[in-house]
Amino acid sequence: MDNFIKRYPLWSLIFILLAIAFLYLVLAPWPPELVATWGRKQIFLNALLGGITLGALYFLVAAGFTLIFGLMRVVNLAHGSLFLIGGYLGYEVATASGSWLLAFPIVFIVVGLIGLLMQFFIFSKMEGEELRQTLVSIGLSIVFADLMLWWWGGQSYSILAPQFLQGPMELPLVSNVNDSTGAVTWLRYPSVRVWILVAAIVIGIAMWLVLNRTALGMLIRAGVDDREMLAASGVRIHLVFLAVFGFGAGLAGIAGIIGATFQSLSPGEDTRFLLASLVVVIVGGMGSIVGAALGALIIGVAEQMGFVYAPTYSIVLTFLIMAAVLAFRPQGLLGTRR
Amino acid sequence: MSVADQAPRFTSPVEQRMWSERIPVPWWIFGLILLLLPVVANNFWLFQIMGWTFILGMIGLSLMFLAGYGGMVSLLQMSIAGMAGYMVAILGPSGAANVSLGLSWWIVIPAAFLIAALFATICGALAVRTDGIYTIMITLAIAAAFFYFTRQNYSIFNGYSGFNLVLPPKLFGVNWRAPVPFYYLTLACAVLCYGAVVYLARAPFGLALQGVRDNPRRMAALGFNVTAHRVAAYALTSVFASAGGILLVWQNAQIAPGTIGVSSAIDVLVVAVVGGIRRPLGPFIGAFIYVLLQVFSTDILGFFGFAADRFKLIIGIGFLAIVLFSPDGVLGLWDRWRAGVAARKAAATGGGA
Repeated sequence: MDNFIKRYPLWSLIFILLAIAFLYLVLAPWPPELVATWGRKQIFLNALLGGITLGALYFLVAAGFTLIFGLMRVVNLAHGSLFLIGGYLGYEVATASGSWLLAFPIVFIVVGLIGLLMQFFIFSKMEGEELRQTLVSIGLSIVFADLMLWWWGGQSYSILAPQFLQGPMELPLVSNVNDSTGAVTWLRYPSVRVWILVAAIVIGIAMWLVLNRTALGMLIRAGVDDREMLAASGVRIHLVFLAVFGFGAGLAGIAGIIGATFQSLSPGEDTRFLLASLVVVIVGGMGSIVGAALGALIIGVAEQMGFVYAPTYSIVLTFLIMAAVLAFRPQGLLGTRR
Repeated sequence: MSVADQAPRFTSPVEQRMWSERIPVPWWIFGLILLLLPVVANNFWLFQIMGWTFILGMIGLSLMFLAGYGGMVSLLQMSIAGMAGYMVAILGPSGAANVSLGLSWWIVIPAAFLIAALFATICGALAVRTDGIYTIMITLAIAAAFFYFTRQNYSIFNGYSGFNLVLPPKLFGVNWRAPVPFYYLTLACAVLCYGAVVYLARAPFGLALQGVRDNPRRMAALGFNVTAHRVAAYALTSVFASAGGILLVWQNAQIAPGTIGVSSAIDVLVVAVVGGIRRPLGPFIGAFIYVLLQVFSTDILGFFGFAADRFKLIIGIGFLAIVLFSPDGVLGLWDRWRAGVAARKAAATGGGA
């Protein structure tokens, strides 16, 4: 931190000013001039929180994607299909059993198993042939997409959040101050979204801890750095690969349930979330969990802000961010050059 | 296919013969069949099946050139084709009179090619900053962004509904959308593109590009500008893709975001890989198979007792089978079959030559 400030004093100043301006926008009640140009503060806060929670969802999808890529160099373009399968299965389990929470372990296991089978029967047979693996995963995603369309049809599904997560909750953020009475209105926000954000943060921190503080994480990181050397030192690397693939796939499945609770599921969502994970990991840096979190946050907030303040060009905004990152830092914000 | 077997062999006696003698007999027969097809085939075959095959083949050919000679698997080609098609619809006359400018064809067509080439160059310059699988991901992301952009932008791309009634100009008094003229138009364009790729593969630029594919560091050390060659390949292949895109718009008489969606972008890859991504003929064969499956899927599926809308499933499984068992496509299968026959013949004649 000190080093950064010493090396780039101008940039540090700009960053600090931006951070102060941002904090002001979030915490302080807005004066009328600001409201006149930007609309009410509530809209801004809603867009910001919507972006952050969308980023949480993107993170859950992209984390599995980036983990699988980082370790196995498999670009699993069927990752979006795993997301959609998870969502549909979650819908079936939740409606059949009436329990939203029960859907999570079941979907994690089932979708994780699908991932294991894909790795065991297909991807492990063509290790090192990156292009072929990519093409195979494209073929798989076409087949999966059509099978799901066959089974679940073209209509859209959404999962109802359980009772204790329904309705809004008050956040300690000022939404509006009444000029005459001085009464403060606090921001009300759907509690299910807040809890999903909390869950994503917990999962993210847990993944980081497992990767960086445990023996298993050490194995995985060693596999990322030098697969052959790790195999030569007696580790059964194929088991590690299987476990990581299964975990990444299960995470995508869980994200599917969350996506179905957030928004809705329909054919085509698989490509949308595949694309989102692609952009997130391109921006954040391949194979980095922290990068995926950062990328997901940036893309989620940019998408929602664009949606509110420039509806026509919100998609282009995400694309411009990706192009800018590629132009100035091709390995992604937190990626390492290989 | 290394640089060496692509290099022209000046010492070989083949070079001394007339150009017409150098083309093997099966090719002449094949060409004659294609030329005389309108005599026997009905309009549906000419316009829908063959026309679509040539168009899809041209777009696939642009991918084949990039992937086979340049080592860059780009999912952008459909977007480039779509950009050219959109430009024809926007600059020329169309049903959406409030958006289309209605300029005459001799401005519209060169402008469409130029704008598509510019688009390809800019996107290519972004894509070549990465290599291998990253290129697939980045081009897929760009293709999807372009798709969403055309769907949301109403002032230029007319949003969700796109453009209809985009008709080819009535040059020389011919209705180019009538089946027989359209067949010859697409055939001529496809042959031109095919010839251009065959020529370019042996031209200095093509050889340098293949060198860049095989060993970029060595080519850089030899003084070739690796990045410039790659970007130039994107710009060059945009010509084939644009030709396909413009013909596609004329064939359908309309263009909408659905034409250039993610699944169409992947279809182009499927077509090129199924046919064989190493040779210029591959995409056309892949396109023919794809179009046949698409058009006759109802009958095929009905025959096996499935519902007619499972076309994508067949395509997906076929693609998976090809990628799993024959990575060089149908042409690779053909090569192996011929090698097998030759080996058996050699064994039968007692060890052969």
